[in-house]
Order: sequence, then structure tokens, then C-alpha cells
Amino acid sequence: MLQFVLRRLALMVPVLIGLSLLLFAWVRALPGDPARALLGQRATARSVENVTRLYGFDRPLHEQYFSYVGALLRGDFGSSTQTGQPVVDLFQNGFPATAELAVCALAFAVALGIPLGYFAARRHGTALDNLTVGASLLGVVVPVFFLAYLLKLVFAIGVGPLDFLGVFPTSGRQNPRIDATHITDFYLLDGILTQEWDAAWDALLHLVLPAVALGTIPLAIIVRITRAAVLDVTGEDYVRTAEAKGLLRSTISRRHVLRNALLPVVTTVGLQAGLLLSGAVLTETVFAINGLGATLFDAITLLDYPVLQGFILAIALMYALINLTVDVLYGVIDPRVRVS
Amino acid sequence: MTVPAVTLAARRREGTPLLSVRDLQVRFTRRGRAPVRAVDGVSFDVAPGQVVGLVGESGCGKSVTSLAVMGLLAPRGVEVEGEVLFEGQDLLALSSDELRELRGRDIAMVFQDPMTSLNPVVPVGTQVTEVLRRHAGMDRGQARDEAESLLERVGIPDPARRLKDYPHQLSGGMRQRALIAIALACKPRLLIADEPTTALDVTIQAQVLELLKQLVAETGTAMIMITHDLGVVAGICDEVNVMYAGRVVERAGRRELFASPRHQYTGGLLRSIPRLDAVRGGQLTPIPGSASDVLPWERGCAFAPRCSAQDADCLVPDLELTLDDVRPEHRLRCVHPVPPPGAAL
Repeated sequence: MLQFVLRRLALMVPVLIGLSLLLFAWVRALPGDPARALLGQRATARSVENVTRLYGFDRPLHEQYFSYVGALLRGDFGSSTQTGQPVVDLFQNGFPATAELAVCALAFAVALGIPLGYFAARRHGTALDNLTVGASLLGVVVPVFFLAYLLKLVFAIGVGPLDFLGVFPTSGRQNPRIDATHITDFYLLDGILTQEWDAAWDALLHLVLPAVALGTIPLAIIVRITRAAVLDVTGEDYVRTAEAKGLLRSTISRRHVLRNALLPVVTTVGLQAGLLLSGAVLTETVFAINGLGATLFDAITLLDYPVLQGFILAIALMYALINLTVDVLYGVIDPRVRVS
Repeated sequence: MTVPAVTLAARRREGTPLLSVRDLQVRFTRRGRAPVRAVDGVSFDVAPGQVVGLVGESGCGKSVTSLAVMGLLAPRGVEVEGEVLFEGQDLLALSSDELRELRGRDIAMVFQDPMTSLNPVVPVGTQVTEVLRRHAGMDRGQARDEAESLLERVGIPDPARRLKDYPHQLSGGMRQRALIAIALACKPRLLIADEPTTALDVTIQAQVLELLKQLVAETGTAMIMITHDLGVVAGICDEVNVMYAGRVVERAGRRELFASPRHQYTGGLLRSIPRLDAVRGGQLTPIPGSASDVLPWERGCAFAPRCSAQDADCLVPDLELTLDDVRPEHRLRCVHPVPPPGAAL
């Protein structure tokens, strides 16, 4: 297994090299001039030229690329052309909020999605099954920002006679009046680690609505994949063999159905985890969470090349690591993968 | 331990059958469609230690019969009627939990396709021990030791290592042996083998069949052998039920059946087997048509559309399975039986 992991890690090197090249090209293919974006509409041609030379945008592309990669290899991700802040600092500022939100959204989606999909499949064709399928269809198609605003309106602000439902905070990550100690900048985790339970509880309350909003699409997808996988496996010959052995229902579910059905589910969860990290922008905006989303959005509109490249590369790296985890899990679940 | 053939035979004569299937009906219902009658009033007995064959082509209802006996048909969309008496107890009247106690312990089953009948992500050993731990009350260690000796008995070399292997590391023949070991683990009184050799290579087929034959003889386990292969029947069965379109059309002892098939369908089946002593280049005699060309039994003999001997007399509604007056060792559902060899036409 260790060998497998090492080999996969080694394989990530060419992937990252290719990615840095693509990313470099893509960022430069974005319409607009970064120097002008920095200086504004009224900048003189001379200052634009100066800035262009300052950042080296006038040099041939391959030179730019190699100096970029050279800096990367020294651990230098550059600085924002807008604010001058190092990209690494910007990332560190936003990452905890985004990661916390993504993890909670994924936890919500997995914890609810796998059981729902499982029970829907085991009661195939019943009202529960139909309801689950219908609801999951709705969950896939509802736009995130719409759902986020709706949740905020009903469960944070409160509307009309239902305003007793508005129990959750509307925005932010934690009530600033709470004097919380921050170690990791994952607020919920900090609250637990320092045993400041009021801080942890408050952070959790702040996470509920954004996590539900962000986790709904993955939830719906996980429900559907789980249901389909369980239905598939239930019809397999080896489940019939298990039934013919007179095994307890719980043994059959756990050992013979779920274990096989989890294979496609694990793949899906991995893909969703990657999407959540990069897809939290809208949710973060609605709930005014200071995550990667806002910074990334600014970087795109202002053509902040170093920030764009750095953020996307970091997200891609995490994506690759999640994929590796999925592959390892796959090997744990399915012995046929281990050999090959 | 070998039970002397004499005692077995005596036990068979003694009376109460181990399994008695009475007027079994299985209908598959689908909303908005006429129900399909897969099994249409099947009755047969299995005495302790006896090997009974259910023979017929695809779709004749033999597998559905066995799944109904095991209570393994899907809970919805299926209607099962009749009686399946196992030692006097009607299995169809049992709750699914009561059936769970019985399955794997008193009645076990070996399925057709060993490639798909084992769980690919669970070690073979666990798949053997789980049935021992469930029904024989063994702890982990005992079950492991017993599993090892079981694998050895079904002829799997190096059983200790094989227990740790996963199904994909075993060949098809090995897997079927493992499945046989699983089925026989709790020394069931009845084994249902549903085409256990069909998915195997011809050379392996003979080995597996021989193994089954030997094991059931040693343990005194009764067996229902479901097959479309008359060669299998000839090798192993004491009594044979030939099924067509959901009903038993002929029942006889193995020797009687092969010596003198009486139903036109049985006759057709025997004629369509390639023979080593046949003239070189000679043609086989197939049964014309296919199993879907059937007449509903309530209008006449279902086989009539494919039968060379059929005439207007065959349109008897619900033809009975009766004692054959020419060959009293046969039961028969046919208006124009095949004349016995040597008889004048």
C-alpha cells in the first residue's frame, strides 16, 4: 500500500507541471491588460508601460513561465499585483474559512446522503423511495445562490408568521462579541480545542446555513449515486448467495451490500469534495464569509495573475490529494484494485 | 462417513418425504400487464438422501421452483401459492426471519455462476465462516478451522492460504468448490443445486459433479439437481422430473426415463443429444420451434405446437399428470406418449 501511495505521489509531479503550464497560459489568455486593470481607465500610456515592465509582462511568455516556475520551486508564490500582499498570506487568510465550510458541507452531504440513498434503495418503489428521488432531483437543480438566500431569509432573518424559525446568524463566521481564542483559524475546531464551548457553538450555528446551502447539490448527487449503487448490488448474485446462507439482514446489508455499493459513492464524494473547495464562492458571498472565494473573485476581475495562479494551483493540488485519498480508499475496499 | 446404500434405500422407502412440494404456483405480476405464470401447479417429493432432478429448457420454471422453495423470490411482484412442506412444515407459511434460520442450516443452495456468486470484496474464508458462525454457533477460531477442513474436503489445495484469498484469485472451478463448501458447511438435509456445472469448463464440470455426488452420498444430504443437461441427470439423479412451460410433464426413475422416455418432449430431448455411437456426419434431431411457442395449459398440451405427434386430441384442457398405464413407473402428462422400444406401432 505504501508503495502504491508513493508511486501515486510521484505521478503527481508531472500532473502539477502540466497544470502550471496550462494555468499560466489560461491566465494570460484572459481578456484585458493586467497593468491597465491595476491602474484603472484613466492611466497614462506611460504608467501602463512602466507597470508592464515592472511585472515583466513584456518579456516573452516562455521566459515569464520559467521565472514563475523557478520562483515556485523556491517556494515563492509571488505577491498580489493589486495589494502587494504575498499570495501565500492571502491564501492563508481565506483558506480556513473556506475549508471549514467545505468540510461541514461535505459532512452534511455524506452523513445524510448515504443513509438516505441506502434506505430509498432498500425500500425501492415505495413512497419513501419516490420522495427521496424527487427531492434529490430538486436538490440538484436548485441554484446555490437562490437556496442560500432562501435559507438566510427563512432561517436567519425570519419571515412573517414564521419568523420564529429565524434562529441562525445571518452572516459571518462567529459573533465578534465572543472572546474566542484562535489557534488554527478553523473556528469550530478552535472552540473545541480550547474548550470554549460557547465559541464552538456559535461557530457551529454560523456554519449550519452555509453548509446546508453548499452541501445540498452534493447531498442530492450522493443520494442518487448511493441509491443506484445499492439497487445495483442488491440484484447481484452474491447477495442472493448471502440470502441463501440465511445470514442476518444486518450482516447482508453491511458486509455484502454496503461494502460493494460504497465503491462508486467514494468516487463521487471525492469529486464533490474537490468541487466544494472551489465552488464555495457564491455561498461565501451570501453569508459574508471571508474565505478564498471573495479574493479569488477579485483576482479574476482585476487580472491579478500571481493570486489567480497561486490559488488555483493550491486548489488543484488539494484536488489531486483528495483523488489520491479516494484511490487509496478504493484499494482498501476493493481487493481487485490492490493487485493491479 | 459412508452410509451403506441399503440403509439409504430403506430410509427412502420409509415414508414421509423430506421435502414435499404440493401444487406450487408462481406468478410474476406487473402493473398493467397480465401476470406471467412461471410455475403452474408443480408437485414433487424428495426423500431423505434422494437426488431428484428438475430438467427442462430455459424458461420452463425449474429455477423459479427452486427459488420459491428457498423463499428467495423478490418480495414484490411475485405471487406464490401452494405448499412447500419441509419435514411437514410449510415453508411458504414461515416468516422471513424463520426462513432465515432454516436457510443455510437445513436447506442450502449452490447457484449457477460461481464467478458472480461470491462477494468480490470479502475474503473467501469469511464467506465460509460467516455461515458457520451464524448457524453452527462457532466462534471465530472454530469456524476458521472448520472452514479449512471444508475447503480441503471439496478438493481445494492449500486451504489455509485460500481462506485469505479473494474470489478473483480463484479459478471458476475453485470458486464453485468453495460455494459447495459453503452450502454443505452446516450439513444441511437438503441441497438445491441450480445448474451448478453450466458455467464451468467441460472437464471441470465432470469433477464438480463427481464431487457433489460423492459429498451428498457421504453426508446423506438429499439434493434437487436443476439442469437442462440430460448428461448431468444420467450421472447423478435417482428420480427425474421433466418440466415444460411451468408444469411437470413426466416423472420417472433415471433408468426408466432413459430406457423409455414416454413424453414426446422427453423423447425429443433425448433425440437431440449428440451421441458418440451415432453415424459420422449424421444429423441431430432438434425439437422444432422454441420454448416460447407454448399453448396455455388450460387450452391443451403446452408442447403441442412443437410436437410431431400432436393432433386434435391434444387440445384437452388441463391435462393431468397421471400414472402411465403402459409403463407404470412413469407419471405422464401426454395424450400420445412415445411408444416404448420394441412395441408395435
